[in-house]
Amino acid sequence: MMERTLTRRLTAGLVPTVPYLWLGVLFLVPFLIVLKISLSDPAVAQPPYKPVFEWSDIAGFFSGLDLENFELLTQDDLYFRATLSSVRIAAISTLLLLLVGFPIAYGMARAPERSRSLLVALVILPFWTSFLIRIYAWVAILKPEGLLTQALMELGLISEPLDILNTETAVYIGIVYAYLPFMVLPLYATLEKMDDTLLEAALDLGSTPWRSFWTITVPLAMPGIIAGSLLGFIPAVGEFVIPDLLGGSETLMIGRQLWSEFFSNRDWPLASAVAILLLIVLVMPIVIYRDVEARRLEARP
Amino acid sequence: MRRAFAPWSDPNAKPLIRFDNVTKRFGDAVAVDHLSLNIFEGEFFCLLGPSGCGKTTLMRMLAGFETPSEGSITLGDQNLAGVPPYRRPVNMMFQSYALFPHMSVEKNIAFGLKQDGMPKDQIAERVGEMLRLVQLEKLARRYPSQLSGGQRQRVALARALAKKPKVLLLDEPLGALDKKLREETQFELMDIQHDLHMTFVVVTHDQEEAMTMADRIAVMDHGRIVQVATPGEIYEQPRTRFIAEFVGDVNILEGHVQGQENGLWRVKTPSAQVPLTIDDPDEVLHSGQAVAIAVRPEKMVIQRDPPGPTAINVLTGEVWDIGYLGDWTVYRVRLATGEILRVTRANASRFVENPIDWDEQVYVTFAPDAAVILAE
Repeated sequence: MMERTLTRRLTAGLVPTVPYLWLGVLFLVPFLIVLKISLSDPAVAQPPYKPVFEWSDIAGFFSGLDLENFELLTQDDLYFRATLSSVRIAAISTLLLLLVGFPIAYGMARAPERSRSLLVALVILPFWTSFLIRIYAWVAILKPEGLLTQALMELGLISEPLDILNTETAVYIGIVYAYLPFMVLPLYATLEKMDDTLLEAALDLGSTPWRSFWTITVPLAMPGIIAGSLLGFIPAVGEFVIPDLLGGSETLMIGRQLWSEFFSNRDWPLASAVAILLLIVLVMPIVIYRDVEARRLEARP
Repeated sequence: MRRAFAPWSDPNAKPLIRFDNVTKRFGDAVAVDHLSLNIFEGEFFCLLGPSGCGKTTLMRMLAGFETPSEGSITLGDQNLAGVPPYRRPVNMMFQSYALFPHMSVEKNIAFGLKQDGMPKDQIAERVGEMLRLVQLEKLARRYPSQLSGGQRQRVALARALAKKPKVLLLDEPLGALDKKLREETQFELMDIQHDLHMTFVVVTHDQEEAMTMADRIAVMDHGRIVQVATPGEIYEQPRTRFIAEFVGDVNILEGHVQGQENGLWRVKTPSAQVPLTIDDPDEVLHSGQAVAIAVRPEKMVIQRDPPGPTAINVLTGEVWDIGYLGDWTVYRVRLATGEILRVTRANASRFVENPIDWDEQVYVTFAPDAAVILAE
């Protein structure tokens, strides 16, 4: 009896610590390491930064750390421009994702019940292929002599090859394509739960279908809209592969900058400082969202 | 006092709503079958029937959510064909209430008024009026999730009434309420309808609800209207066996017509030794015709002592079950044929000496005009 309550208490106490443990090991520790590297100076060594941590010299360890790299970030406006450009591209992509994803999710939620699970499976299906390969496939589609140009020329819609590979447009296409499931699934989850009689009630009370959509459907889908937007926006800000493969050399994105600092310049400390900056940019919308959500729940329990 | 209100018996009265030979099909299924019906202004009209009888479809066609496959619906002078729900001067109170969960009570009520572009101060005034009407002034800023079932029902009613529609449609308005609240609300709905002099069309499967509230009831079955009449007529002069059985309790005795004597029908039935005498002069019957005799339980008399030799309509049996309901006692009497009769007796006095007990031999009688003959 005693034993059972003891084990039960132990497990009851341990279970909530599991997510913390997970976050601690897989997020906090790596984060601290990155933070530490960002405060170090670059060195021509393996790994290419210093100092290497030694317990015997804690004072020396801390004295070796400084904010030089962050200062550098503020001095060269490249990083500022890259961050701004990333946020802009991610924001526009998120809007495009909403425009494309909402009708898809809406259609799925209105589809006959037996075909819905099939539609969900189809939305997830692209995940079964490697992300990298799918983005390379877009290179083949978008390049001047690629499939898109050929198809449009066959149809007589254009007379000259499209030149959209290596432009921002190609980046938008790539991001919308890659993140569409992340937008569609949360939207579908909220729209599917929605009670159709609410729309009938709105119509009955004199609201046109278009107005009912804005006054009833959209507000009720808001949790899905926010979740889908965050799931699209956050990875899009730090996206590296898509701008690298589809965007031209002018497409400035912070993820790309990060990569070149790490691997081209081998300046790990500066790269780490960029990573920290990126993290701050990404954490902000989540904090704001949580705050708004908490206030909303407070107002309406 | 309730007014003497019977526009349906006035041949010159112009109906407000006219269903003209309306049919609605869903694929192969016929939900409403060549139905014609007139509803008059100011009427409290009930569509009554079992589930799947087409009553909800009929109401949804009036609201504009379904289009008739054939026939036409007219409201006032306007043919409603092709008029979308948001352009109809009709509002509906939904069975699930369909309150907007992201809007407070007052926003819910104001929703319809806003669509009309009413000025803000007038909206506020009208919302206040509606809140007073349903006695929810104190809950104006609450959200639907913070209300009880009864309160939600009132919000739904207020929202549907706010635009002063020509016709208010109510889909099972009291279905989600408990019995006590349902009874109170029935009378409140009647008062509101009377005070606003609005036309109410109610869909319900609850015959008690229909009987209490309606000026007229249309009993529906399989997409057709079986009878349209006042509650009293439906109960006392049901046209078919289906109505007799669906509305209230009834005892059915089957038999054959023997003939007519002094304006009274003689019906031979295996349930009684002597042919029954029935006073139902409106029926046109011929000898040998198979008929059903319907007698309401409260119109039968149960007694222990044998009635006199001149007594008519005597059935004998034994008490099978007794149900004491407080105001009534229900006796289930088993006849020699195996049929079970249901007889009720009002408990007019508190103490009865030597009451009728289980398994006792009893006599059940009824007056000739207590029964209705239903042609099979």
